[in-house]
Amino acid sequence: MSQATAEATLPFEEALAAYDPVLGLEVHVELGTNTKMFCGCATAFGAEPNSQVCPVCLGLPGALPVVNEKGVESAIRIGLALNCEIASWCRFARKNYFYPDMPKNFQTSQYDEPIAFNGHLDVELADGSTYRVEIERAHMEEDTGKSLHVGGSTGRIHGATHSLVDYNRAGIPLIEIVTKPMTGAGERAPEIAKAYVATLRDLLKALAVSDVKMEQGSMRCDVNLSLMPKDSTTFGIRSETKNVNSLRSVERAVRYEIGRHAAILSSGGKVTQETRHWHEDTGITTAGREKSDAEDYRYFPEPDLVPVAPSTEMVEALRATLPEPPAARRKRLQSAWGYSDLEMRDVVNAGLVDLIDETVTAGATPAGARKWWSGEIARRANDAGSDVPTYAASLAVTPAHVVELESLVTGGRLNDAMARQVWDGVLAGEGTPTAVADARGLELVQDTGALQAAVDKVIAANPDVAQKVRDGKVQAAGALIGQVMKEMKGQADAAAARQLILDTLVG
Amino acid sequence: MTNELITASAADLAARLAAREISSAELTQACLDRTAAVDGVVHSYLHVDAEGALAAARAIDERRAAGESLPTLAGVPIAVKDVMTTKGLPTTCGSKILEGWIPPYDSTVVTRLKAAGMPILGKTNLDEFAMGSSTEHSAYGPSRNPWDLDRIPGGSGGGSSSVIASFQAPLATGTDTGGSIRQPAAVTGTVGTKPTYGGVSRYGLVALASSLDQAGPCARTVLDTALLHEVMAGHDPMDSTSIDAPVPAVVEAARRADVSGMKIGIIRELTGDGFQAGVQQRFDEAVQHLVDAGAEVVEVSCPSFTYALAAYYLILPSEASSNLAKFDAMRYGMRVAPQGIDDPSAEQVMAATRDAGFGDEVKRRIILGTYALSSGYYDAYYGSAQKVRRLIADDFTRSFEAADVLVSPTAPTTAFAFGDKIDDPMAMYLNDIATIPANLAGVPGMSLPSGLAPEDGLPVGFQILAPAMQDQRLYAVGAALEARLLSAWGAPLLHSAPDLTAAGKGA
Ligand SMILES: [Zn+2]
Repeated sequence: MSQATAEATLPFEEALAAYDPVLGLEVHVELGTNTKMFCGCATAFGAEPNSQVCPVCLGLPGALPVVNEKGVESAIRIGLALNCEIASWCRFARKNYFYPDMPKNFQTSQYDEPIAFNGHLDVELADGSTYRVEIERAHMEEDTGKSLHVGGSTGRIHGATHSLVDYNRAGIPLIEIVTKPMTGAGERAPEIAKAYVATLRDLLKALAVSDVKMEQGSMRCDVNLSLMPKDSTTFGIRSETKNVNSLRSVERAVRYEIGRHAAILSSGGKVTQETRHWHEDTGITTAGREKSDAEDYRYFPEPDLVPVAPSTEMVEALRATLPEPPAARRKRLQSAWGYSDLEMRDVVNAGLVDLIDETVTAGATPAGARKWWSGEIARRANDAGSDVPTYAASLAVTPAHVVELESLVTGGRLNDAMARQVWDGVLAGEGTPTAVADARGLELVQDTGALQAAVDKVIAANPDVAQKVRDGKVQAAGALIGQVMKEMKGQADAAAARQLILDTLVG
Repeated sequence: MTNELITASAADLAARLAAREISSAELTQACLDRTAAVDGVVHSYLHVDAEGALAAARAIDERRAAGESLPTLAGVPIAVKDVMTTKGLPTTCGSKILEGWIPPYDSTVVTRLKAAGMPILGKTNLDEFAMGSSTEHSAYGPSRNPWDLDRIPGGSGGGSSSVIASFQAPLATGTDTGGSIRQPAAVTGTVGTKPTYGGVSRYGLVALASSLDQAGPCARTVLDTALLHEVMAGHDPMDSTSIDAPVPAVVEAARRADVSGMKIGIIRELTGDGFQAGVQQRFDEAVQHLVDAGAEVVEVSCPSFTYALAAYYLILPSEASSNLAKFDAMRYGMRVAPQGIDDPSAEQVMAATRDAGFGDEVKRRIILGTYALSSGYYDAYYGSAQKVRRLIADDFTRSFEAADVLVSPTAPTTAFAFGDKIDDPMAMYLNDIATIPANLAGVPGMSLPSGLAPEDGLPVGFQILAPAMQDQRLYAVGAALEARLLSAWGAPLLHSAPDLTAAGKGA
């Protein structure tokens, strides 16, 4: 648990009345290459500590890096998808600082020659409007190892008796994507931040360059925020909130920092330029390392690597591999699925586009796919603090289940109410829809003998209603249908029951 | 019997091994016996691997006995500079900070020596991390010049130069960052080549300055140097800066020894003032020998060479400060607990270890480099040095339009006495004035003996420089000069060196 106490914050509306937020986001993405950025070591997540290492990524004396071509290709594809210019010649640089989880005590990164620069990403907001996020750069670098601080109560280095370092992550390819400062966002700043990260995540997923799992750290977000008085155009002092690793947290962190900065500024104080730690549990940030201009990474071009100089042909060949942009894809799918704007927006906001696409491709109707993925399961996912795709994956519930469920309905085995029961069973882990239906004995009664007996019984018990029907008041049959269904314990097709009642009474 | 084996050339030994007149085991044992007799006074070795060398020698003898066709130098033993990693053998780089470190992998050069069937006798001494021109900066004490035990054997590769000059090994490997192969060769009357940058893999060579370091061969004759050059050189996918092209035909050039019609360029800036009279005299005579052999002499000017030393002492420390950051006590090598601190942090352990583990010259250069790379100074120092580097490369390009090779004395003086320059780093740095330009431009260079200076009876080195990837020209010119000098002297120069076994008994 975090021991930190919250600082004073100004209510959001009050803060926005006096100040304009300036937002910047730095997103680190671990590439899904099979091998590390500068050596041949495997990159599998969750391997035994220090089992995926070699002289190069351990920084042993004498070892030298060799650039992973796939990593460069991924970087260029990301740059192109972000509408960036691609450098025709650029170098890696060494970022020098001492830290135990950095084997060489420098990080091989890029400095003033990023592989991609000057791009943009259009972000759709909940109200249907679009905000353009300008991209300053996307550059290649290597990840560091991971320290585990043992013996303290917080898991942080403070109070720990010793630390363990796992170098499996050291050297995994990273792309750092940096936005230009975003101005004019106003009260929409938290929403824009979240939407940007979500859009970027979808884009990277569509590019198949990363598994973009924020919860596993393969996509990590730093939020830079400053405020300037409403009438000013000079940026204020910023804070850098590190490792804000869920979409919801990105929104919350921006909101919190706006309130915190505003409280400091409105009381005449000065914001400290520093990194901040984000606390997921309490939704606050606390002070980290103070940043000063004296912090000096002594960057210089990495002499152990040759420059990266992608040819125009190579860049164009990679451009040809880009998938359909998510926004264009959404428009195409909306039209193919026949969803209303509102329906589509709900589906997008719930992160269901891919799941529905897969489900429709697997054979379900668009309406059915939307219905089953946005009903009960969405409620449950929300209760679990998750989103539907993640939650469904955790339950091992797949598009095939939805297709099967729908075919049970269209095939006449289940009615809608029964299908809902079956879905509940599937979500409870009872098996496939057919298995759940079998186990729960759910099946529309097709045996007209049993149905006829129920109809006869209900007519006998309700002579008055039956007479009305005979007299031509066909809508009165509704009362009888309900009782027949009750008699059949729900396992009858209501339409069949109605027909049989009319046949019996009217002929 | 023993004397004859240890003084023979590698080419001669290789031929006799191939003819099965001698065995590798007896040759290796002869070298080890010589080491037992003289290394107590010369101190070429930091580590002798008698057992490993003899085992490798016997293995080669067995393979030869079995009728296997073997590489040219199979069975010829070699000494390896202790800056190249050797799997299972200590690699200290002449530093306390790596005392006891046993690398888990072989450098590419060592892999190639092993593949060529060459028994590795041991690891030779050097100035700590190859920083120096005398071996006085080795943490394990200096090596001595076989010509005069009170004088330096050159540096940083004084262990390799003295090990050959004292007949403990026919061949040795070296590394040359600013002259560390050529200057030791010059002052010990031996031959050494710095190949074209990228000609020999740097993988497993503990980096001093990545953009300047180049491994190369050390031997007693030009042909032997060529034979070893051929074994060491060639493309290595583990080193990004390694050149992917065929190795220049160095052995063929050494055998042909033909300079007729070649244009020899004398570098105006590297003769005359500042060069010892006897050094200049032997240089002039050597040039006359080349003219007699059919070469044409031209004078060239390289005005930017004046700034080479200044640029070198910015680039080298800058890269070194970053390369040496990895020695932090976290993963290997020395670890020192800071005094008077109960619960030291990782950073405090790093600082204490680096304070105790590095010598003064290493610290001097780390501080220099850290300063030169600092923000605000980068452009003035590192940036300007890179510009000078380009100007020097331009000087070479222009000069090579007028001449096929360039020549100069290798060092301004013969071997200086121990202690002469230990307190005057600038004087020591000036010793490399003639060798440094080749490293800055990446072109190949060789030093071979041109006689003894009349005033002190010590060896003088003659330097040959060629355009990048034209290493064979060094050998054509070197072998032609060597042949003429040999017939003038009547015997190899080293035969007139003092008898060390007498000195050994006296010590
Ligand atoms: Zn590795």
